[in-house]
Amino acid sequence: MSTAAVQQGTKWWSGGRSPFNASYGKVMMWYFLMSDAFTFGAFLISYGTIRFSVNNWADPNHVFNAFPFTGHDANLPLAFVSLMTFILIASSVTMVLAVHEGHNMNRKGVEKYMIMTIIGGLAFLSCQAWEWTHLLTGEHVAMLSDGTLSVLPTTVKSNPWGAALPHEAIAAALQTTPHNQLTEIAGTLHHAGGEAHNVAAMSNAELIKFIESSDLHASNTGPIAFGGYFFGITGFHGFHVFSGVVINLVMLAKTRMGHFDQRGHYEMIEKAGLYWHFVDLVWVFVFLCFYLI
Amino acid sequence: MSAHASSPEITFHAEHSGTTKRIWKTFWLLSALTILELGLGLLIYNIHKGDNPNHTLVLAFKGMVCILTLAKAYYIVSVFMHLGDEIRNLIMTIVVPLCLFIWFIAAFLWDGNSWKTLRNRYNGMPAPVEKVEPAAKEKGAKD
Repeated sequence: MSTAAVQQGTKWWSGGRSPFNASYGKVMMWYFLMSDAFTFGAFLISYGTIRFSVNNWADPNHVFNAFPFTGHDANLPLAFVSLMTFILIASSVTMVLAVHEGHNMNRKGVEKYMIMTIIGGLAFLSCQAWEWTHLLTGEHVAMLSDGTLSVLPTTVKSNPWGAALPHEAIAAALQTTPHNQLTEIAGTLHHAGGEAHNVAAMSNAELIKFIESSDLHASNTGPIAFGGYFFGITGFHGFHVFSGVVINLVMLAKTRMGHFDQRGHYEMIEKAGLYWHFVDLVWVFVFLCFYLI
Repeated sequence: MSAHASSPEITFHAEHSGTTKRIWKTFWLLSALTILELGLGLLIYNIHKGDNPNHTLVLAFKGMVCILTLAKAYYIVSVFMHLGDEIRNLIMTIVVPLCLFIWFIAAFLWDGNSWKTLRNRYNGMPAPVEKVEPAAKEKGAKD
């Protein structure tokens, strides 16, 4: 450590100075982040406990294989979430560069990097909004508990991420599926089939024939806890990103108004930076627990 | 070193180097670790796709991904959050309480696993019914 010479013989605990050699605000930010780490840790560990306690869990490579503007049938596991991860790492770098400019008392530099960090945060939130929308309006077909097939989105109540059904099971289930569910399933298929079919006018037998000819994939319903954990934890993290963006906007405004130049130091940027890096740190673990393993 | 005058309780200010070389080095390191993780993730995906996935192999790769994640966390906290530049007292007051996670993770994953074992052993079994013989009437007892 470059500061070893200063530390020699310093009585850290005898009063008159911070034993942590940091301002009150910075130490308290660290303690807040530590408690927040335990909150996130508790959520993720609870998710792990439930995941360990069931025999089958949703396969992330199957659930998260979509990418904007690539169409319904694209299979791109890990692609979109890697984009989100890189956005957050990049915004972390611009944040640490803003802190660095603050040490040099360079107001213009701080403003530039704060704006870049805010843009990164907004880009991440937009990605998350797209992903949630995609899952909540999903077009996957699953077998319900009454043995019929239905289009089932991913929500906190149910999801279609169980084991894939064999072809014969799908054919048998179609026979007992009521008309409105058949129309809905057929409605998800016609953009894959090319020519548009008027599914509303078809009879049950015609619908079943149409569905079977387009090689329908269907599965059992997935573990009920999946949606709640996914939306709960990524939502809680997204809320942290959102509040981080708000904090950064306030810091940008205060920088522009010259508050930190008047004060003689940019320590507020450091504290906001600690929070922003923590958001990135949590994402590293969310990325691990939901998408990679 | 800048003209800090932040708080009188601060004994000395950490030396901040004039260049951003270390920041960019850490950025490339984090990117490389993420790409490595993605590579392992795709490897796991391809093993899973096969007819007979080797579960030990999958578990080993998942363990490697976890270790890479811990490495990323270390670099973010140490370099980006500057915890590595703080004095030992501050580092310890943050890091020591976090050791609770070792027990936290081990105990609860163990619990989940035991839950699964019990579920698989007892699910589908009829619930045990306790059979109690009606007590024999004692001689001379009144009804």
